[in-house]
Amino acid sequence: MKAIAFALRSFGRELRSGEVLVLLAAIALAVAALTAVGFLTDRIGKAVARQANEVLAADLRLRSPEPIPDDWREKAAEFGLQVAETNTFPSVVFAGDLSALATIKAVSETYPLRGNVRVSDTLFGEQRVVDGIPRRGEIWADGALLARVDADVGDKLTVGESNLLVTAVLTYRPDQSMGFASLAPSLLMNIDDIPASGLISEGSRVGYGLLVAGDDTVVDAFNEAIQENLTASVRTSNREESSDRANNAADRAQRFLSLTAVISLLLSAVAVAMSARRFAHRRMDTVALMKSLGATQRFVISVAVVQLMLLGLAGVIAGSGIGYAAQKILSWILADLIAGDLPGVGPMPVFLASGSALVLLIGFALPSLIQLRNTPPLRVLRHDAMPPAPSRVLVAGLSLAAVAALLYRAVGDAKMLVILLGGIVIIAAALYFVGRILVASMGHFRSGVGVAWRYGLANVARRGRDSAVQVVAFGLGLTVLLLLTIVRTDLLQGWRQTLAADAPNHFMINIQPHELDSVANIYAAEGIDVPEFVPLIRARMSTINDVSVKEREYPTPDGQWMANREANLSFAATLSSSNELIEGEWWPQDYAGPPLVSVEEGAAVETGLALGDRMRFMVAGQEIEVTIASIRKVNWDSFKPNFFMVFSPGALDGMPTTYIASLRLEKEQQPVLVKLVRAHPSISVIDLDSILQQVRGIIEKASVAVQAVFVFTLAAGIAVLFAAVQSTIDERRFESAMLRALGARKRTVFAGVMAEFAALGIAAGVLASAGASILAWIVAVRLFDLPYEFNPLLWMVGLVAGVTVVCASGLVAARGAINAPPVEVLRAA
Amino acid sequence: MGNQSTDRVAVLAAHDISKEVSSPEGSLTILADVSFSITAGESVAVVGPSGAGKSTLLALLAGLDVPTRGHVELNGANLSELDEDGRAHLRAESVGFVFQSFHLVPSLNALENVMLPLELAGGGDARSASLDIIDKVGLSDRWRHYPAQLSGGEKQRVAIARAFATEPAVLFADEPTGNLDSRTGSNIMELMFELNYSSSTTLVLVTHDHSLAERCERVLSLDIGRLVSDSKGPA
Repeated sequence: MKAIAFALRSFGRELRSGEVLVLLAAIALAVAALTAVGFLTDRIGKAVARQANEVLAADLRLRSPEPIPDDWREKAAEFGLQVAETNTFPSVVFAGDLSALATIKAVSETYPLRGNVRVSDTLFGEQRVVDGIPRRGEIWADGALLARVDADVGDKLTVGESNLLVTAVLTYRPDQSMGFASLAPSLLMNIDDIPASGLISEGSRVGYGLLVAGDDTVVDAFNEAIQENLTASVRTSNREESSDRANNAADRAQRFLSLTAVISLLLSAVAVAMSARRFAHRRMDTVALMKSLGATQRFVISVAVVQLMLLGLAGVIAGSGIGYAAQKILSWILADLIAGDLPGVGPMPVFLASGSALVLLIGFALPSLIQLRNTPPLRVLRHDAMPPAPSRVLVAGLSLAAVAALLYRAVGDAKMLVILLGGIVIIAAALYFVGRILVASMGHFRSGVGVAWRYGLANVARRGRDSAVQVVAFGLGLTVLLLLTIVRTDLLQGWRQTLAADAPNHFMINIQPHELDSVANIYAAEGIDVPEFVPLIRARMSTINDVSVKEREYPTPDGQWMANREANLSFAATLSSSNELIEGEWWPQDYAGPPLVSVEEGAAVETGLALGDRMRFMVAGQEIEVTIASIRKVNWDSFKPNFFMVFSPGALDGMPTTYIASLRLEKEQQPVLVKLVRAHPSISVIDLDSILQQVRGIIEKASVAVQAVFVFTLAAGIAVLFAAVQSTIDERRFESAMLRALGARKRTVFAGVMAEFAALGIAAGVLASAGASILAWIVAVRLFDLPYEFNPLLWMVGLVAGVTVVCASGLVAARGAINAPPVEVLRAA
Repeated sequence: MGNQSTDRVAVLAAHDISKEVSSPEGSLTILADVSFSITAGESVAVVGPSGAGKSTLLALLAGLDVPTRGHVELNGANLSELDEDGRAHLRAESVGFVFQSFHLVPSLNALENVMLPLELAGGGDARSASLDIIDKVGLSDRWRHYPAQLSGGEKQRVAIARAFATEPAVLFADEPTGNLDSRTGSNIMELMFELNYSSSTTLVLVTHDHSLAERCERVLSLDIGRLVSDSKGPA
């Protein structure tokens, strides 16, 4: 009790000393980074959880690329279950001359069976839950879709051959894609409007859905009863597996962001350790005095712990406030990337961050406090009497345990934790090593510079260990900020530059055979080159070398998925110009023998296919066996229609076929699309330019959001610098006073200190530029297969940013030392 | 000094104490076989040139450090038999300090600094007792001030108030005027002797200043770690 009272009494004034402020700032930063991410992921997680129960809008969903047979609906009715029907497909909608790709969801009267649809009456208006679906002749459209065609509630949109009235803005439907919005915003319409719209014809890409809901046991019984009659193309999904998937996606996003926050946390830990060391050091005199006055070790340690806890509490409060504000900004940046609205924040992230702050203090500040406890009272008489240094095992053990505890929460998996811990130790050691080298190499310039620089460089070298830590702390934050800037700008631009200038920018899909002439005429009439129409036949692979695709083993999970999903087949007499044969032989132009197939290289590798392998495909109820005659490499960046499986001519004759085509349309040629889609409503035109733009928008926003999280890392780097400067501030005061006593002008002292920080900044900038370049190279060449050009501007930015940030924060941190009048300091010494 | 009169009780006694420390040149003896005893209410000055072992002796007598050989008896307790917390306890009960460089806690104001030992010892009304003693040292209008806002002489007054607050059996003073000008220093000493007299505390004063030492009842002279003389002063 005495200890608490004493701690409280002196706390207010302690707060004014520099190292306590740094300690407070470091804790606040760690908490801010954690809570900002925590609040955001908590909100997304809650949205996902809320949605998980209604993700199917039903208890059981059957989906098929073919219309669902009537007898299934009847069967469901026999079981006494509720049913609803949906048709889902992409289509272009128009408002005047503007058009946009939309996901059309046509639903029957009873939709949704679970969950609710929410709409608002105006764009960004108050949303409300609605019962039922749009009436005939009416639609509810996503705000993003309305924005793209510049329409509003009350306008009419052209959907296929129909003009439908927008009566509400669709803000939420239970079965919308999870978490992140899809590229094509949705439009909800009445299924009874479908026939008149002409949107669906034979061979159209439509997902037919049958939704079923009712008593759990009855649904299960129904599910069991239909399993044996299911054709291969029908997928059933129930609630559990769907919500699992959704939760997994949210989980992954959460872990990734948490890991980013942990980097700030680790840097804050360094600052905490440094300032706690000074916190303890400054208290030694007081502790010795109190012991000489009769204070016990317990009292001494209690006072320090209480004050540290108070600091932690203040840090948590300040950090949570900053984190809450940052989360607001983050969710604003990500606003249109996240589908639907987010629930409010809960208190959980604050509890977790407080726990982390506690772990941080125990792991990184406690060792210094334990040392404080052993301060000899003799120090009141002999100032050089020091407590024994804390044991290295204790220090390393506590901090490693703390890091492990903090990381475990972010990764949630013991094996990953060990790998990550190992990685962190190795990377930290490597970075520290690089930092030491950079610091050491600075020393070589000492002889060739003026007195201020020599003084500054000497200081960097003398505090070698601390200097290296500061270089790494800043370098790390800058690296990531630079890297994300490159990813955002250079990489996307680099990819666009690899594309041919005349690469197609529009795709047409769902062209029926009887429409080919008419489509060709529409283009010819406008003087546009008629594109090549490539046939597309939808099929399902059944066996490979007589083994069922369901039972076969695959080299990769992707291969398994590829073999089991619906396949798009094509046929051709000649090899497309965007293909290159790498194995086997292409068939002669007039080939008429048994069916052959040419397989794309990647598909062959992932599915484990080789020349001569036999596959069977089910096409419209018929079975076709083909032999692999060749393996091709495909240049996907050509934006020409390409297929994993290309059959020999004649092999697919008589099968239901649609055509696809790609072509380049300049801006002034694009009105032709309006004519085309009005004449042929079931043809979908996909505008690649606008999709690329959306992709870029998404990448841009996501990286800005991640960068925002890394601003905390940079701030933690600044905290490390402050802590380092604080721990040398007495030394610095004394030195600058001495220099000035020796006749140095204030400006010279200032220049010397600035030279020291500039040197640190240069080293951090070099580290960051090199790090970002290497990482960007890996991302470009390894991940995206793009040529990477080293960007000299990056080095400029890195160096300037490094020097500016370090000098500015160093100046603030060390200003007291620079301005100290010599007399005062010499008197104090 | 074995022949104490029976009516006066020894409050502090050194029994053949030696202090050795290890140095690069081997073991170094700072204090060798020093013995004496001090009775309650006595005022004793410890004098000697720099390096004679004065501060070491003070540290051993106050239990801030332990001797290599021999033992110190303070208020009837053998300090060598106590652990650090035990010695701290004893200090809280029966020892006061005045240091050359004041050693006030910078984050506490004058009053709180004076209250500190009372609170550590767990006494009754620390606040009013402290205000009384602050009044005695002449700082009644400055008790809210923090050490940084006080002059050297004022700081030492606070330190003296703090030292006498617990009414200690023994008051140790280590060059109490060393950081003060001569005028302020003599005022401070005046105050200290006055309080010492009125509270009948035992005073052990380490000093360079012979005129100061002569005001004590007894002077112990140290040289190169040995007790070279023990003489009664004029008092």
